[in-house]
Amino acid sequence: MYRYDELDQALVDERVAEFRDQVRRHLAGELSEEEFRPLRLRNGLYIQRHAPMLRIAIPYGLLSAQQLRALAHITRRYDRGYGHFTTRQNLQLNWPALADVPDILAELARVQMHAIQTSGNCVRNVTADHMAGIAPDEIDDPRPYCEIIRQWATLHPEFTYLPRKFKIAVTGSAEDRAASEVHDIGLQLRRATGGEIGFTVRVGGGLGRAPVIGQVIREWLPVTDLLAYLEAILRIYNLHGRRDNIHKARIKVLVKSLGIERFRSEVEHEWQAGRACAAQLSASELERVRGFFRPQAYESLSNIDVASGREPPFQAWYRYNTRPHRVPGYRAVLVSLKAHGAVPGDMTAGQMEALADLAERVSFGLVRSTHTQNLLLADVPQHRLHEVWQELLSLGLAMPNIGTLTDMIACPGLDFCSLANAGTLSVARQIQERFDDLDYLYDLGEIEIKMSGCMNACGHHHVGHIGILGVDKHGEEWYQISLGGSANGFTALGEVIGPSVPQPEVAITLERIVETYRELREDGERFIDTVRRIGIAPFRERAYALHPAAA
Amino acid sequence: MRYILQRRELRPDDWRYLGEECAESDALIVPLAQLRADPLQWQKRSGPLGALLGPADSVAELSELLPWLALVALQFPNPGDGRGYSQARLLRARLGFAGELRAVGAGVRQDQVFLLTRCGFDSLEPLPGVDLEAVRRALNRYSVAYQPGSAQVELRRQRFMPGAPSAARSPD
Ligand code: SF4
Repeated sequence: MYRYDELDQALVDERVAEFRDQVRRHLAGELSEEEFRPLRLRNGLYIQRHAPMLRIAIPYGLLSAQQLRALAHITRRYDRGYGHFTTRQNLQLNWPALADVPDILAELARVQMHAIQTSGNCVRNVTADHMAGIAPDEIDDPRPYCEIIRQWATLHPEFTYLPRKFKIAVTGSAEDRAASEVHDIGLQLRRATGGEIGFTVRVGGGLGRAPVIGQVIREWLPVTDLLAYLEAILRIYNLHGRRDNIHKARIKVLVKSLGIERFRSEVEHEWQAGRACAAQLSASELERVRGFFRPQAYESLSNIDVASGREPPFQAWYRYNTRPHRVPGYRAVLVSLKAHGAVPGDMTAGQMEALADLAERVSFGLVRSTHTQNLLLADVPQHRLHEVWQELLSLGLAMPNIGTLTDMIACPGLDFCSLANAGTLSVARQIQERFDDLDYLYDLGEIEIKMSGCMNACGHHHVGHIGILGVDKHGEEWYQISLGGSANGFTALGEVIGPSVPQPEVAITLERIVETYRELREDGERFIDTVRRIGIAPFRERAYALHPAAA
Repeated sequence: MRYILQRRELRPDDWRYLGEECAESDALIVPLAQLRADPLQWQKRSGPLGALLGPADSVAELSELLPWLALVALQFPNPGDGRGYSQARLLRARLGFAGELRAVGAGVRQDQVFLLTRCGFDSLEPLPGVDLEAVRRALNRYSVAYQPGSAQVELRRQRFMPGAPSAARSPD
């Protein structure tokens, strides 16, 4: 993984010193809350329902064992002994004290981490495919580009006060596992016939209110033009994005109002005119960064039959929670943060420490976070999988439900978030309880549930096979259900099936929906494919069967 | 007497804004709209001429007037409005403006001036009452940066600098 050099380290250290002074001035009454707000946001600090919330950046989801241990230590010392992994591969602390935050950031800086630009109207953490570097279908490793973009975006002199937040994702495979089409900028690595690497650039995607799928602005961008081109897009956005209405301030609204053709010509013109003075990614710098992401020192092994003859629970775990690896004899292991009865994405300090130890023993000391709020041990020798399973089992991290209905994504919702309309965690629990039978889950197969507590869509509900959106109805928590969304491979936005349902009826409604699928599916057909084939009408009819109000 | 921070020096402001009391030979800052309405009227004055732009103004519209201008002032009505950062960058790097580039208003505070100066501003006019000493100290908050920027902020190390030596820095 990338290691900071003296420049990188100085920057985060100086950032800590700056924020320490800002907190001091705020606590001394020299900086009003209004003045302090944009500053704390750019250091990941929100003021939430109960307490501040600190969002720590995990650039493109990559963590060393040492960093994971430091996070465990921080959650113990400054919080309540657990953290919450988000859909953008970051980690959130729900209970830090404002006065402690500079110390937390200093502890992070000691292990080459930070919380810079994890919120606020600026360029946010750059995300990538969690299978980067090991996926069999990969064109090029996206992480060096993510790291370069991370650096370039950090304290960018021109783009730190944008109209609205700005999210960039890079995907290196044919199958888009980074949901790049629903980002403000989505970069997809491509290889030309001559072997050169470049990007297809999409712009204007995003969820939230009025979700949009990004449009291609440039089919082919040579990698060395990356920063100059990003600068051109950001400059047009910074100058012309709307600032009068927070709900119209994302770049997607600008792209829509100008039209992609006109937006493209403005960007192209800006790119050409500004090129000579723009930040430049030199071939040598690219090589330097790529050098940190070389393949691991793999043993030469061959693929083995791991599961045959083993106990069925191991077989189920092997089937659902491990993934093929590019290198023979290895497998990627998904560490499930979706145990039934637990909050999706939550992890205790003890689990973090034990996983750090395990990663050092079996996976080159590295752990990744995924945008489905799980973790990943990327490089596990197949002959050690059984041992890894046993250990994860003892840690409560081996729930064999990855890709099934209970591997759901949920934002923190009303329990923590001050913007929420409705709770998500209670609904997650309700779903876990109702769908607690693994054989039933396996029969249902691959289903992605994504849940948000409000229109801001942090839980990406628009792109869930089943999307759940919390709404406020006269002070009560109701839930709107949509079907047919997808972010993997083929991006599609779900369609709302009908009126929202009250909190106690969410899981039963889902059951009626998946029962409809069981009845109408063709042989071997996945849920999402059935929805695409027959549309949502049959589901709507059945979902409300017992609802006189919907008749 | 209004004080500003010019190239790290705390000094009395020599410039007057249109509407403030001033002599024919005083340096005068005129809002873009008035300037464009009758450019000749202003060019005839004996004193130096400056233009005042709001965040929504297009700096490209200024290009014909630039040779007449000794100063361009960009307004920052609040710290969250970042358009002036791009306007400054365009004025320096694209239009080659080499005169005084001033950031004015409530968005010019000690927590913003490091980045403002990196975008090419060489004079800072915060709201009255702001501690200019603190603003000056804030110009040294960072010793490194990842992006190219104005040579006014001296840094130990930078990355992603433009390659061709002729275009190494934005002129200012
Ligand atoms: S979707 Fe809404 S409720 Fe959920 S975390 Fe985002 S802002 Fe909060």
